[in-house]
Amino acid sequence: METFAQIVVLTLAAGTPLVLAALGELVVEKSGVLNLGVEGMMLVGAIASFIVAAKTNAPWLGVAVGALAGALLSQIFAVIVLSLRANQVATGLALSLFGIGLSAFIGRPFMSVVIEGIKPLAIPGLSTLPVAGKLVFSHNPLVYLSIGLFLVVQWFLYKTRSGLVLRAVGESPQSANAVGYPVIAIRYAAVLFGGACAGLAGAFLAVAYTPSWVEGMTAGRGWIALALVVFASWKPWRVMVGAYLFGSVTLAQFQAQAAGVAVPSQLLAMLPYVATIVVLAIISRDATMIRLNAPASLGKPYHPE
Amino acid sequence: MRVVLEARPRPSHVAIWTAPLVATLATLCVGFVVFEAFGKNPLAAFDAFFVAPIANLYGIAELLLKASPLMLIATGLAIGYRANVWNIGAEGQLTLGAITGGTLALVFGDAWPAAALLPAMFIAGAVGGMLWAAIPAFLRTRFNANEILTSLMLVYVATLFLSWLVHGPLRDPQGYNFPQSKLFGDNAMLPILLPQTRLNASFALALAIVGVAWLFVRRHIVGFEMRVAGLSAGAATYAGISWRRTIWLGMLAGGACAGLAGVGEAAGPIGQLLPSMSPGYGFAAIIVAFVGRLHPLGIALASLLMSLLYLGGESAQVNLALPSAVTGLFQGTLLFFLLAADVLVNYRPRMVASAS
Amino acid sequence: MADSSSPAPRLSLRGITKRYPGVLANDGIDLDVAPGEIHAVLGENGAGKSTLMKIIYGIVRPDAGVIRWEGEVVHVANAAHARKLGIGMVFQHFSLFETLSVADNIRLALDRGNTRRLAKRIREMSARYGLALEPRRRVHTMSVGERQRVEIVRCLLSQPQLLIMDEPTSVLTPQAVSHLFGTLRRLASEGVSILYISHKLDEIRALCTHATVLRAGRVSGECDPRGESTASLARMMIGGDLPHPVHRAAHPGTPALRVESLDVRADDPFGTTLRAISFDVREGEIFGIAGVSGNGQRELLAALSGERTLARDDAVRLGGTPVGAADAKRRRALGLAFIPEDRLGRGAVPEMTLADNALLTTRNAATLARGWIRARGVRAFTEQTIHAYDVKASGPLAPARSLSGGNLQKFIVGREIGQHPKVLIAAQPTWGVDVGATAQIRQALIDLRDRRVAVLVVSEELDELFEICDRLAVLFHGRLSPAKPIRETSAEEVGLLMAGATPAHAAPRVLVDQQ
Repeated sequence: METFAQIVVLTLAAGTPLVLAALGELVVEKSGVLNLGVEGMMLVGAIASFIVAAKTNAPWLGVAVGALAGALLSQIFAVIVLSLRANQVATGLALSLFGIGLSAFIGRPFMSVVIEGIKPLAIPGLSTLPVAGKLVFSHNPLVYLSIGLFLVVQWFLYKTRSGLVLRAVGESPQSANAVGYPVIAIRYAAVLFGGACAGLAGAFLAVAYTPSWVEGMTAGRGWIALALVVFASWKPWRVMVGAYLFGSVTLAQFQAQAAGVAVPSQLLAMLPYVATIVVLAIISRDATMIRLNAPASLGKPYHPE
Repeated sequence: MRVVLEARPRPSHVAIWTAPLVATLATLCVGFVVFEAFGKNPLAAFDAFFVAPIANLYGIAELLLKASPLMLIATGLAIGYRANVWNIGAEGQLTLGAITGGTLALVFGDAWPAAALLPAMFIAGAVGGMLWAAIPAFLRTRFNANEILTSLMLVYVATLFLSWLVHGPLRDPQGYNFPQSKLFGDNAMLPILLPQTRLNASFALALAIVGVAWLFVRRHIVGFEMRVAGLSAGAATYAGISWRRTIWLGMLAGGACAGLAGVGEAAGPIGQLLPSMSPGYGFAAIIVAFVGRLHPLGIALASLLMSLLYLGGESAQVNLALPSAVTGLFQGTLLFFLLAADVLVNYRPRMVASAS
Repeated sequence: MADSSSPAPRLSLRGITKRYPGVLANDGIDLDVAPGEIHAVLGENGAGKSTLMKIIYGIVRPDAGVIRWEGEVVHVANAAHARKLGIGMVFQHFSLFETLSVADNIRLALDRGNTRRLAKRIREMSARYGLALEPRRRVHTMSVGERQRVEIVRCLLSQPQLLIMDEPTSVLTPQAVSHLFGTLRRLASEGVSILYISHKLDEIRALCTHATVLRAGRVSGECDPRGESTASLARMMIGGDLPHPVHRAAHPGTPALRVESLDVRADDPFGTTLRAISFDVREGEIFGIAGVSGNGQRELLAALSGERTLARDDAVRLGGTPVGAADAKRRRALGLAFIPEDRLGRGAVPEMTLADNALLTTRNAATLARGWIRARGVRAFTEQTIHAYDVKASGPLAPARSLSGGNLQKFIVGREIGQHPKVLIAAQPTWGVDVGATAQIRQALIDLRDRRVAVLVVSEELDELFEICDRLAVLFHGRLSPAKPIRETSAEEVGLLMAGATPAHAAPRVLVDQQ
């Protein structure tokens, strides 16, 4: 049982960057915008949070700055795509490439810096309870934050009028405009939120999960988050399921390596990426379901008037 | 007063060709700021970055050497991008091409003469790249899976695959346990075009491919149909253009070119198989394709620019103690500015009185 | 202009001007609408009616001019502001959200404070005006007529004093049209002003008390349409008489297109399944298929053109050869030509030149040599087509999107006829096209018929079908009625079939709810 609880804790932690990044991107895509720059925003969030945490010894401040950095970067994308009407796919790729380059550039001096980081909870009395202690009370604080984020996103999208408006914009920006909603402003806000979430995801990696900075440390998680949104059919609870599934695949790979399984480590390391491909293929197959769940205007350019 | 974007009745040809120039200038300005921020004298930095690397014949040869894979891959990718087929996995396809071509060199390097071996290596490389690109093509046509994500995931897989190969089955037994393959024999290396430099025959190959691709896109009906598919899916269906064929062609063109470039690197400046066969050419080529407007002349010029950014980055690292990642930073910035400047092609900014 | 004995205008426009790149959409327009008045804004396609309505509703800002509402000068900032003033608009192309419910769609259009007990209010409002609606249904499951009701109820719930209807009857059966008129008359008697945008002269004469006629962006006349004839209205609308195509007697021959028991499953969750469709089109005849949009026209056209291939090869035959499994290119090679209902984005690529667009379907020895394009041949064909069909364009290198709707349609018609087909299919051939081009296109179809080509016209405009067809059938819910010669049927009978009844039973009133 102890081992089971331990596995749950590790799985949740491994899935948390995906939860944060994918929930953010889900909101963005619900408004009809496809932002492929998640990987870049995550890396910039990671390095920004790491630098601040290292310089100020205040890891939570680092996390906040990481989210802010992701949000700021997302606005570059927003201006080019929403106001200058550029192609969303190309601009998103540019954002990722830029973020990867920028984070590598400013992160150079910090490659072997060590910081304290944000440790998992250790509440006296509660965390040491058998089973329940581990399962409920010993996660990293940011893991609890990510679950809170899920609840907020779910409530916002389906229980508030603003969430309804956002979904309407993603469904048909022309109709939303005709009815009188400021489509572009709403999309700017959605992209900002997505950027903050991606930055937060990167900050979690650099300041909590493996407190360190390594060039390209997200290792493709930003792209996996994008695939997760499709896998989830744009439903927040399915994002959670998918993220933790991926967390467990990543975990399985580490465990297998540690256990000295006779498969070469590189081949094991391929698992998350191959799994992503397989999952995408299975989910995308059902064209009808995609049509009914994907925001109808996703990725399409919007020209008012 | 506010600025409003007004649609142009026709795309502006002036803007099409000046946008890349504007983007380059803007990137240089950003460079100015970056150099200042790092306490380097901007003029000295510009000299070290953009002028010094190509100040002599060897430098120019290096410029063309690095431009070859960029030009080659970008040409293949452009065929797909024009058709709305988004092959982002060129880096992985390059890796597979290097693997297949390189393995041929390692296995038959002693037995076959160069005249047979080199073309065989290129063919193997193209096939390797195409096989790797066929996976996303298949997943898209059969399962409707987004090719951006699948081709990208395969980059990670390819890199890991190569890493396993050079750590294991292909490792040089005499290599002191370093992850690298045996060096290729002389008859598996590309002939040098310019003595005392590293410029090799892959440059000629790249130019030839650019020419052939241009002819195909402009003059052949299939090239035309690919363009239609990219501009309007509805019109393509109406004209009976098979969307499956479009995706296959778009992906395989990029895969073949990337595979060729992989062989060019393996049998050229590198001379063996290493865990990393490219400093990100597959991704830089995406930028080259866009900045070059998916047009052969533009791609040729843009690949020279991108190559200069690579050389400048290396030079900056040595002479200015700037991290070499400055190259990646400039590349991303260049693409951003190009996409921003692109708005002027289809829209005209106009000042209008605000509604009171 | 209002005289001293009539009530002060509720809405008053003076000098409204709006310019778009390359076209002056509205040029100094004056307009007055009194309370309780049903005021037509009449003009052909492209005259500027839609732009003017968008200006009144606040979606578009005028470049010049003054708007007075209830005597006060106003600047309508946006749609929400217009609604607050009391202006409501029912769009021609509905502004609904397909995956949301009726209630959510309406909720989005109302101010925040106004949404209490919405489902109940929707039911009350729809019962009051005879516009049956179920608030929890999702819009994508609804027919076009039902969707229009959602749009209308949505407007009515904000208690408008001015209701703008933009081309409302293009998606309705004749019976549904008279039902709509009843609703509008009821609203007018309660004091609501109605601006009715249309180019259908008979409807305007039946419904409206006032008309302002627009031509090329300017007001070209005002009148009371009840006292005018169709001819006099037409003269104000286009400055001349309505052209009528010259019709010679038809002498149909052997069937060139045979459709037998065509079954097509809709692969789109929002589409219509076709069942057991059988008909044939003979050489030298024009066969028409009528029907309200959304009853399977898209699916049928895709199955006939080859854009969608069929499981059964002999479900469709071209001149005896089974082509069900053949793709579009193969069917074209066998003598089929197709004018699709969407010009831009299907019939032509907007960003490409006319010459390139000619190459979309023109594949012959003049334009292709073993796969290589013969630019000169393509150019020559393009120039011929431009010339023969009077297409106003700057030349073969003009981008398709720079042409007006009518001119681009003429080019596409010319291109397809220029393939010398044995069978020509035309979908909505004159939709959104100005009167002059409409007449030319209809004449071209008739001339083609006289050259022994089999022509199939699928259209939602009954007038058009009755003007040019020799035989007619009706598509409803994916099924086709038996074909009848045009002389043996009437608009009323066809209208009943379009609404799903067979003329033998059921009184018209019941049918409306079956939409």
